[in-house]
Amino acid sequence: MTGHAPMSSRRAWIGGALAALTLPAFAATAAAAGKPTGAETVALIGLADDPRHAARRLERAYPGHPAGRLLDAVQLGIADSEVGLRGSGRSLKIRDVLLPGLDALPAQLAQLRKERVGYWLLDLPAVGVTQALTAAGDAALLFNLSATQDSLRGAGCSAQLLHSMPSQSMLSDALAQYLAARSWRKAWVLHGPDPDDALLLQAWNRAAGRYGIRNIGVKAFKLSGDPRERELANTRLLTSDREHDVVVVLDGDGEFARTLPYATQQPRPVVGSNGLVALAWHPHWERNGGPQVSRRFRKLAGRAMSGQDWSAWIALRSIAAVLGELPSASVAEQASALRNGQVFVDGAKGPRLSYRAWDGQLRQPVFLSHGDGVIGVAPMDGVLHPLEQLDTLGVDRQESACKAMPK
Amino acid sequence: MPFSVKRPAARRDDQVRRKENRSIHPWKPLSQAVLTVLGALAVGAACAQSVYVSSEKDHKIHVFDAGGKLQTSIDTCQRPRDMKPSADGSRIYVVCGDSNQIGVIDRTAGKMIDRIQVADSPEIMDLSPDGKTAYVSIEDESVLAAYDLASRKTLFKVKTGGEPEGVLVTPDGKTAYVTSEDANVVHVIDLGGRKVVKDIKAGQRPRRFALSPDGKELWVSNELSASVSLIDTASRSVKATIKFVIDGMRASDITPVGIVLTRDGQTAWVSLGRANHVAEVDVASRKVRRTVLAGKRAWGLALSPDESTLYVSNGLSDDMTLIDTRAGKAIRTVPAGRVPHTPLVLR
Repeated sequence: MTGHAPMSSRRAWIGGALAALTLPAFAATAAAAGKPTGAETVALIGLADDPRHAARRLERAYPGHPAGRLLDAVQLGIADSEVGLRGSGRSLKIRDVLLPGLDALPAQLAQLRKERVGYWLLDLPAVGVTQALTAAGDAALLFNLSATQDSLRGAGCSAQLLHSMPSQSMLSDALAQYLAARSWRKAWVLHGPDPDDALLLQAWNRAAGRYGIRNIGVKAFKLSGDPRERELANTRLLTSDREHDVVVVLDGDGEFARTLPYATQQPRPVVGSNGLVALAWHPHWERNGGPQVSRRFRKLAGRAMSGQDWSAWIALRSIAAVLGELPSASVAEQASALRNGQVFVDGAKGPRLSYRAWDGQLRQPVFLSHGDGVIGVAPMDGVLHPLEQLDTLGVDRQESACKAMPK
Repeated sequence: MPFSVKRPAARRDDQVRRKENRSIHPWKPLSQAVLTVLGALAVGAACAQSVYVSSEKDHKIHVFDAGGKLQTSIDTCQRPRDMKPSADGSRIYVVCGDSNQIGVIDRTAGKMIDRIQVADSPEIMDLSPDGKTAYVSIEDESVLAAYDLASRKTLFKVKTGGEPEGVLVTPDGKTAYVTSEDANVVHVIDLGGRKVVKDIKAGQRPRRFALSPDGKELWVSNELSASVSLIDTASRSVKATIKFVIDGMRASDITPVGIVLTRDGQTAWVSLGRANHVAEVDVASRKVRRTVLAGKRAWGLALSPDESTLYVSNGLSDDMTLIDTRAGKAIRTVPAGRVPHTPLVLR
């Protein structure tokens, strides 16, 4: 647990509210009906040395990056689920598993399995998610809360793994749909040097191809003050082309992308890792009950709700929903119910949401946002799909490389 | 996969407008003037009525005549939403979501004469049968709060599930039904005992209510299930569900919110939100008789006193559609401020 005094007191407040909400009469009824009762443990698994949560990195608050640990969001999800669950006599409690580093993961995961902890929420880098899949087998239902890699939804998928965070391809498709809807069809692409940036570029190229956006130039950038490398580092030299409609910057780190809006040679909008960014959540989303969720989160956490926070919150809501529908099912049956369209969740983004059968990805609208607010929601109006419009974002059934589906 | 970009929602909206600009009836322009006069008579029949529409983002109540002509606008507290008339009809109580108040409107003076402070982010309200107590859903605290309107005192609060919305007090004043959008339940609240006595599981994101004239059947709109649940008030359980289907639209585009029942209890009108339509439901057979095109995100509903006109507030096209309930056709659509919330028709 993080030990800030104001946070603890906020949690105490929520705890008090929960105690007040519990109606013993309902629990008794459910017990009499022979249903399983009691609290299910949900483990939030994270790393103390997670570079995404390093203090200085959080301070920079690059768009789309996590704003902190996801414990508050999980707490909020539990608090929000309480009333809906009380009819079935079930409840959820959290176990915060904060490990010093990846090395400590295998032993701790084995312990969770031994203790039959049924729900594992993974706030881990991709490699940690993969380790957890092996450790869990079919003994737990796993939610990937923050890793956007498509590989985890493709060849590296699992029948027991669900993804509440949008995949990178969903985020890229959202952006490409927006550009297509605006007829900003000529893209000038700048990408960073890291392996993550290569994945961003791959996802962008796929999205651009799907929605008819043409890359009229693709250039690598480098953070550098060296005058001999200015072709790679100078924002004006990098954007001097006259033909493009829009600059697409792909920068997993975020530092370079932040320097680009309003700093291009040509007066062109910047999209991607800065400027217009595709996000799972935005604290200024003002429809579909969004302000209420954001406000509850801020009250609890003392900061704005990020996409990763939303993802953790909706994962909890998903667990509560499946527990409410199938209170006595095994976690394997629950995975199956969540993935075959039996269970829906309300994510305060408009439509009710469900998980894709083929890769366990939560289908969901994606916000196109600038620093201040949301200016578009993908799927864009008029983008068509034969079955489900939300499946225009990301990897569709026939394209999926995932072979592990629930029975 | 083929993806083409076009704008069906916008087009639907245009259709509404185009339709209005044409004649009222599809048959013959034989005498457009006569038809227009008939139309005016139809909506003007109960002549002295006024239609009040709370407008969330310009902090006003716009006042229209029966035919939808703007008469005046009344400044209110911040973000006016639900409205209820006082027992004698001389005042309107309006819930203000941003300034956390109930505004008191004097109808004769045409202005707000008082405001009562309430808890954080109030949304929907019902009054006790004697008109003395206001029961308000408080979104941010997840409670139903009761206020004494004369003394302005908070009488009590009852904890609900997340994002409470619809509030309906039974005619005997003993029970309140409250939806929790977040917990997907209808709470049955014993107002005397000041506690929840039953949670009834509804569809996804339950919103608002209507009660049958005999009090036996409670209708609840389920925004994300494209349905309404019919609750048997005696057994406090869901006895039927009506699903809405519109040709060419997916279930996810049909998001029911507003409900009104006619006085004879034979017809229900349900607004279908993002589907931009309202549905007319035959209560006895629980079948949809027809759907009528309104504006974008049709939510708020009100019937004229003679029930010949249905007023529909359209939150995303900032207008109000007038529907001739007999012909089942939109007569006209008029601008109604920024994000019109609730229409209220008073003589």
